[in-house]
Amino acid sequence: MTTPKLELRGVWKAFDDKEVLRDVDLAVDHHEVVCLIGSSGSGKSTMLKCVDLLVPIDEGTILLDGADITAPGVNPNRVREEMGIVFQAFNLFPHMNVLDNITLSPRKVHGVGRSEAEEKAKDLLERFGLSDKVAEYPDRLSGGEQQRVAVIRALATEPDLMLFDEVTSALDPELVAEVLDVIRGLKDVGMTMVIATHEMGFARDVADQVCFLDQGRILEHGPAAQIFSSPKEPRTQQFLQRITDAGRL
Amino acid sequence: MSDRSSLDEFGGGPSLLGPPHAPRGREEGTRAALIAAASTVLFVAVALWAILSSEAWPAVQNQFFNWDHFVIVFPKVLGGLWLDIKMFLFAEVVILAVALAIAIIRSLRGPAFFPLRALAIIFIDLVRGIPVILLILLLGFGIPALQLPGVPKGALFWGLTAIIISYSAYTAEVYRAGIESVHESQRMSARSLGLTQGQTLRYVLVPQAIRNVIPALLNGFVSLQKDVALVLILGIREAVREADIYAASTFNYTGYVAAALLFIAVSVPVARFTDWYTERDRQKKQSVSA
Amino acid sequence: MATRRTTWTILLALLLAFAMLTAACSSDSDETGPTAASGSCDIADLNLVTAGTLTVATGEPAFPPWVGTTDGEGFDDPESQLGFEAGLVYAIAGELGFADADVVWTRIGFNEAIAPGDKPWDFNLQQYSITSERDEIVDFSSPYYVTSQALVVYPDSPYASAKTIDDLKDAILGAQIGTTSLDFIENVIKPNTEPNVYDENVDLEAAMNAGQIDGLVLDLPTGYFVTAVQVEGSIIAGQFEAEAAEPDEYGLLFAEGNPLVPCVNTALEALRSNGTLQELEDTYLTQGGGIPIITG
Repeated sequence: MTTPKLELRGVWKAFDDKEVLRDVDLAVDHHEVVCLIGSSGSGKSTMLKCVDLLVPIDEGTILLDGADITAPGVNPNRVREEMGIVFQAFNLFPHMNVLDNITLSPRKVHGVGRSEAEEKAKDLLERFGLSDKVAEYPDRLSGGEQQRVAVIRALATEPDLMLFDEVTSALDPELVAEVLDVIRGLKDVGMTMVIATHEMGFARDVADQVCFLDQGRILEHGPAAQIFSSPKEPRTQQFLQRITDAGRL
Repeated sequence: MSDRSSLDEFGGGPSLLGPPHAPRGREEGTRAALIAAASTVLFVAVALWAILSSEAWPAVQNQFFNWDHFVIVFPKVLGGLWLDIKMFLFAEVVILAVALAIAIIRSLRGPAFFPLRALAIIFIDLVRGIPVILLILLLGFGIPALQLPGVPKGALFWGLTAIIISYSAYTAEVYRAGIESVHESQRMSARSLGLTQGQTLRYVLVPQAIRNVIPALLNGFVSLQKDVALVLILGIREAVREADIYAASTFNYTGYVAAALLFIAVSVPVARFTDWYTERDRQKKQSVSA
Repeated sequence: MATRRTTWTILLALLLAFAMLTAACSSDSDETGPTAASGSCDIADLNLVTAGTLTVATGEPAFPPWVGTTDGEGFDDPESQLGFEAGLVYAIAGELGFADADVVWTRIGFNEAIAPGDKPWDFNLQQYSITSERDEIVDFSSPYYVTSQALVVYPDSPYASAKTIDDLKDAILGAQIGTTSLDFIENVIKPNTEPNVYDENVDLEAAMNAGQIDGLVLDLPTGYFVTAVQVEGSIIAGQFEAEAAEPDEYGLLFAEGNPLVPCVNTALEALRSNGTLQELEDTYLTQGGGIPIITG
């Protein structure tokens, strides 16, 4: 059995006195797509931030390619280069245009030359159909375009693992599809991904594994087909029922 | 971008928001301007009439608005004002730099930086707790009196240093508010791309923070333009001191009025610029969210 | 666009207002002095701020040799009756018929006292020189002391051996605002750099202590005190005797038109003829000779 790409073992996290993650265990294999579902406040967002070492955990370990990234003495910056994360909103730096947004990290963190970085950036933009936005500032882009650029920006550092924190939740409905397509495209090229989302139809389509989070615990997890059609836990059933009633599934 | 604010798509009839209040076309615009001008002139005329016909007016005019004295004292006050202008231009540049450094120190995260952060907080609290004029006296007279070797003695040096220290503390808090007003996702995005804390501040947080607080910084600048006059307590002959000297020997206060007019003339352009900048910023933000 | 219109409107309104306000300028009003004493000088008839009390104002701190002695007794304590001006006040009070306990002291800054308007005190004395400009705003008694200006420096200063006013052309001097000392510097000495001007004598002394001025100019008796106590190590380089300057005559300062003035003048005359004035001078203001003269 090969080492999982990402592993969480017994992770606990509390903010002040409020426990947000409780004894979380998760294993994500290479090229696997895991979707996290659950109500707001169930801990999905925090889990992703902990994985990217943006929020320190209280207990437990997180392993990337088998190496403990939460051990003391680990350089978090090096670790973060292996992963990319996209948030729900406020991703792009509003005072830079699209090109500068994408080339900032390659140039400043990896020392890539300006022209080389811009070449690669334009390539990526072209692949995602956003070539004409090269010199635009984020406030001139639609919400969907901004999120797509945010994905491109995260990809510019060539990570092996991508984390998505409800990236379509703040978008107008007609813009959601273009972003989800981008994520599908990444799955096609074998990117390992952990996706927190409310888009259940999308989750059922792309996920290899679905985890249902409830009050900081992974209450239930398993293959997408199984979770969506025959969930075992009553709370999972309740949650999915409410989603169905709202016409979102 | 979708536009959800327009109700027009739901069918005809007047908008629920009421008729637009901007005048349509040039005719109404000109008419509005004429009304504004006419009412201003009328208001000023009535106010002036009320002032000029009051009993106390001749005495007040003689004391504060005396043309003969104005002609004599104006050049002296103007000469002093030139010193004030040099002082606040120099001070502002230094203040903007020093305050930014202090604010950045305060914003550094992580336990390793705790002593630096604490020092910054203590400095800010101490300095903001002391009236500027007291700081000027302490540094302007106090430090040179120690006769420490190699330490400058000049009144202007220490007076300006006191003002710079005082204003840096206040301005640092303005910057800090700006830094903290940047959405947390910005910082996290920067860190997740591998940028260090320093790089995050430099490329992502501080540029945005400064843009956010430019009106507040300009406000501080307008205040500084007046406060530099406080160095007069150290004997320096800037504008207010010149008016003071004249008043003390002639007992006519027109010099003070002259100084006031000059200070107003200097700060009005900056105040108008601040308004224009704030308005333009607001319009940009509105058009984005539409 | 709206802001530009606002700016112009504001500026035009201000200009218009100022032009109208300064138009129809009038010259300084001619004030006449108080009418000759036609009233009596009995305490009951005197024009006092508080009936039965003589309210006297002086500076803060009130320093020797005007209030207190140079060895430190009675410093800032006019009720000790020590010092030339303190002693003079109680002598005048006595002449007018007041008991010592009827004299009440209050403090005010040097320049605030000269401002036009009513005063909350009967008279003020803090080494005010009688000048025609001041006389238009306030009233003075007849002179009670005549003095000259002195220059205070540190002994190692190049100006310590100044013999003439020309020797001081490059000096950075300091003086208190609104004083004849300042006038003297600006109109007689005329140094190449404008003098620094301070609100009070203490600020002047602080600047001297801080090494921010080469020397200060003030009246000779105060100069004694400054060199003895306030500015350690300083000396009087010399006293000025320039014909261009009128000698400084000190007078008590009253609100314009105060009918108290003639009564006080009568009292002063009495003190002059009976030798009290000279006695006070000998006690407090004579420090032995030997002060070099700086010629103009």
